[in-house]
Amino acid sequence: MKAPLSWLKDYVDIDCTPEELKDKLFSCGFEVEEMVYVAKHINKIVTCKIIEIEKHPNADKLSVTKVDAGKYGELQIITAATNIFVGAVVPVALDGSTLANGERIYNGKLRGLPSYGMFCSGEELGITDDWYKGASVNGILILDETYPLGVEVKELLELEDVMFDINVTANRPDCQSIFGLAREVAAVLKKPIKMPDTTFSCDQNVSTTKTVKVIDEATDLCPRYISHYVSDIKIEESPLWLKRRLASMGLRSISNIVDITNFVLLELGQPMHAFDLSDINGNTIIIRRAADGEKITTLDEKEFTLNNNNLVICDAERPVAIAGVMGGLNSEIKPTTKNILFESAKFARDNIRKTSRTIGQRTDASSRYEKGVDVYTAEFGMKRALNLIQKLNCGKIACDNYDICAEKLEEKVIKTTISKINGVLGIDVPVQDIKSILESLSFKVNVSGDDIEVTVPLFREDMESYPDIAEEIIREYGYDYITPTLLKTSAITNGGRTKEQSDIENLKNLLVGYGFNEIISYSFVSEKEYDIFGLDKENEDHKFIKILNPLGEDLAVMRTSLLPSITRTVAYNLNRKNPEGRLFELAKVYTADKTPLEKLPVEKSVLSIATFGENEDFFTIKGVVEGILDNFCNGLDVEYTPCTLTAMHPTRSAFVKIGGEVVGYFGQLNPVVLDKIDVEKPVYAGEIFYDKLKDFFNSKIVFKQISKYPQIERDLALIIDQNVACADIVKCIKESAGKHLDSVSLFDIYQGEQVGEGKKSMAFNLIFISNERTLEVEEIDKAIDKVLRNLKEKLSATLR
Amino acid sequence: MQEKFNDIKNRLKEELSSVASVRLLSDIKVKYVGKSGEVTSLLRGMKDIAPEMRSSFGKMVNDLKEEVSALIAVKEAELKEKELLEKYEKERVDITLPGKSEKAGNIHPLNIVKNQILDAFCGMGFEIFEGPEIDTDYYCFQALNIPKDHPARDMQDTFYFTDNILLRPHTSPGQVRTMESKQPPIKILSPGRVYRADDDASHSPMFHQIEGLVVDKGVSLCDLKGLLDEFVRIMFDSDTKTRFRPSFFPFTEPSVEVDVTCCKCHGKGCSLCKGTGWIEILGAGIVNKNVLEMSGIDSNVYSGLAFGLGIERITMIKYGISDIRTLFENNVKFLKQFNRR
Repeated sequence: MKAPLSWLKDYVDIDCTPEELKDKLFSCGFEVEEMVYVAKHINKIVTCKIIEIEKHPNADKLSVTKVDAGKYGELQIITAATNIFVGAVVPVALDGSTLANGERIYNGKLRGLPSYGMFCSGEELGITDDWYKGASVNGILILDETYPLGVEVKELLELEDVMFDINVTANRPDCQSIFGLAREVAAVLKKPIKMPDTTFSCDQNVSTTKTVKVIDEATDLCPRYISHYVSDIKIEESPLWLKRRLASMGLRSISNIVDITNFVLLELGQPMHAFDLSDINGNTIIIRRAADGEKITTLDEKEFTLNNNNLVICDAERPVAIAGVMGGLNSEIKPTTKNILFESAKFARDNIRKTSRTIGQRTDASSRYEKGVDVYTAEFGMKRALNLIQKLNCGKIACDNYDICAEKLEEKVIKTTISKINGVLGIDVPVQDIKSILESLSFKVNVSGDDIEVTVPLFREDMESYPDIAEEIIREYGYDYITPTLLKTSAITNGGRTKEQSDIENLKNLLVGYGFNEIISYSFVSEKEYDIFGLDKENEDHKFIKILNPLGEDLAVMRTSLLPSITRTVAYNLNRKNPEGRLFELAKVYTADKTPLEKLPVEKSVLSIATFGENEDFFTIKGVVEGILDNFCNGLDVEYTPCTLTAMHPTRSAFVKIGGEVVGYFGQLNPVVLDKIDVEKPVYAGEIFYDKLKDFFNSKIVFKQISKYPQIERDLALIIDQNVACADIVKCIKESAGKHLDSVSLFDIYQGEQVGEGKKSMAFNLIFISNERTLEVEEIDKAIDKVLRNLKEKLSATLR
Repeated sequence: MQEKFNDIKNRLKEELSSVASVRLLSDIKVKYVGKSGEVTSLLRGMKDIAPEMRSSFGKMVNDLKEEVSALIAVKEAELKEKELLEKYEKERVDITLPGKSEKAGNIHPLNIVKNQILDAFCGMGFEIFEGPEIDTDYYCFQALNIPKDHPARDMQDTFYFTDNILLRPHTSPGQVRTMESKQPPIKILSPGRVYRADDDASHSPMFHQIEGLVVDKGVSLCDLKGLLDEFVRIMFDSDTKTRFRPSFFPFTEPSVEVDVTCCKCHGKGCSLCKGTGWIEILGAGIVNKNVLEMSGIDSNVYSGLAFGLGIERITMIKYGISDIRTLFENNVKFLKQFNRR
């Protein structure tokens, strides 16, 4: 909300500097977002009287003038202006002066003759006709000939001001006006507030109720509607003070009646409207919901088609205004207007907002109504408008009016205790301070012992109960009085992470140990990713969900897989010439069993990992997966089976299975897929379905006695068909080697001429041990024989 | 005899002076004190010695043997030392070459900061509760005292799936879900991803918040001040101060914005704090009575405090990051800068 200091001073005796006022407003909850010193920089533009005008000897379009600049003496000024004359008083920018737009003016020579200044237009002073008559002409501003000479024009024209732009929070619609802010200024400066004049005298011969009929058919959307008739209107220009007030807020003066409605909106925050009564059919005003398809053309000559959710003001035949948004062109105030009907109303905030949004028409009135107008101000605004009619002497005011009010006009009384208020604050604000603060904010206060009764002014619809009162007090009393305590009356609680929460951190730390960097990517992706990566969109109970109002198609689908995001991140890094990296993300995926959603979708945690760079291959990423399983699911049988996902390399990727259930997949990404996103280098990636994996978490540590007997080691180098999987060989060895086998591990693998085409050599190290006795060499020999026999039978493996 | 002894000693000394390796030395050792070495063989000549002389002769030979062995031993030690030094020299490495050990990665800066915040409050007895990211209108708005027509809904541009189901625009639903499932004393933090339709240098459509909630008997603004003072001292510097100023949130009353003394200039005024010496870090307040009541907590017995902070904002302040998008690009060169433990 913008507010000029000069206007605030109409209601409060502000005796501090603008900076001090800014700090005080800040401390009581009204942050000044911007403070602009209007016209402060305009400098050395003074009044001068033209005493001589001659043609420039060297230029047809220039004149050589002599001016009387008061204390600056007589000056020669060369000009191209044509609207000047001898005897005219004009503003002259002297040597070293500054114009409204910040431009500096210096002495100079024009076609050989020196010029000691420049005549100024209204624009160069930053003003229009609304500020000073003649300021809008295309030429030099001709000033009042009685003005003293050599005086700063900005002082004579009262150009200087300080414009505050104040952030008003959503709970204080009553401060969306100059007077509303002035009330806060008065309270924080501990000064009395001067009320705007709302008195007027009426004409006994003029009656609203005898002239028109007003019917409110929608009191739910229009809880208060006041109509007041003013006859014998004289449409004229507004007086200078009124035009200047509007101009200071960036509004153009139109005519006295229109200006009055705009002034009341700015001053009190009450949107007003004036109908030309001669255009009101049947002398009837009906407030009702629009019929579907009903049309109206507003003052700005735009046509709108309305529906039953929009509120309209109608005459006997047709809509004459969209309630709270804009009046109709059919009943606007014209130079010929003789009789008017003023409207001052409260409309439902929500309804105005919806109408304004759906028809796409936002006005000063509608945005004011959206913030909330209270029932009290409707009356206050009407009285002020009538007062201005009288002040401007431009009409006869009726002695009666329509005031249809569906809401109670009763001030709310909050009964509570001083100790409750201080309990919220945690400090003891003295009763006297509580009382004086509340009274300065227009509350009526009655204290009796610990009990306090606070009567809330009608314009404070935000006040409900004692915490609201506590806030009013502390924002004026000062938050600096709040002294820190650490929950002195509260019970002790045992905080910290749960096991599940710690597991996640432990997993992340393990990956960090493996050299992985955590990434965070958006939860929404483009639907196109599903085609690129060949992901399922519509699996049973696995439907993806789309945002109705996404920022763009690229951020429209809640991801059901983290693979596209992490792959894109790798691509991004490769594009930025980062040659290698290890990345992971632990985040949610979102799936629904039904779309559109009827209940909340399922959110599951998934871990994605990706590696790229010269030193990475299938086995480095597998090592990481094994490491995770070894740390979190120790002792469980893990199976790796070929991965059939489109995104993965068909012969270099695997599903990870525990107990037959797929808990993830990993491997090289399919180069065909990578090609689609312009990645040429191999990328390894995978997902671990964390919510599934955690069912297999096995964090129990079981100590096993280390055998005190010696172990026996045997190495077996086997020649075997190249397609036989290592896991099958290990399984066969484990099944055949008997109970003393402690471990089997592969230590060498070789393919080449020495073993023949289609074959490979694999060397395993077997360790045998017993907890009860020293093993005999003979029994191990027997076991090895059996192993070799079985390997030959089942897998055609032979000893090398 | 003595001459013979001296001769042996002299020859040995001469040989020792020119021997260059432990291996050659062992030849010398064999030659003199081996089984058939010169000194050993002297003893074999004992039979030619007069019996009465044998005892003193034996002693002399033994002395000679000891003397010779000692000379060899000294030389041996000397040579071993020399050879060891040569070995060391051969094995010399450039200790300034880079190591082969694996480099550790690191947690994303947003989660580093998140964990610091969580740890600070966990130490003060807070538990962690994570609610769903996709939630209902009731939990995101209505139960937080933001009814359907409330202007505060304009404060957030929310992503919707249906009229009733949406991406949470703040972590505040965590408050409600906790209060519904738990009676006081409550001290929780609710961290997580939140979403708003905003995208520029200081806004991201997805970002992270942490909501804090305390509900117990007699909780006041002073407690809020105490908790947050403690928190900012852990999070920033020990001389960091907080400042409350009035604000408005529908779910708290009174509501405050909390500023901290600028971590860069310590309150003197700089570009980061736009010359004010203060930086806004979070919003907070006393939980609105209506919010307590709607979640089934008796507001006549209990009161609560709540605060909500943006992790991005604190991360950006802490590390001097000016564009929020940097945090979500996941450039490895950026991520690797946060590997201090």
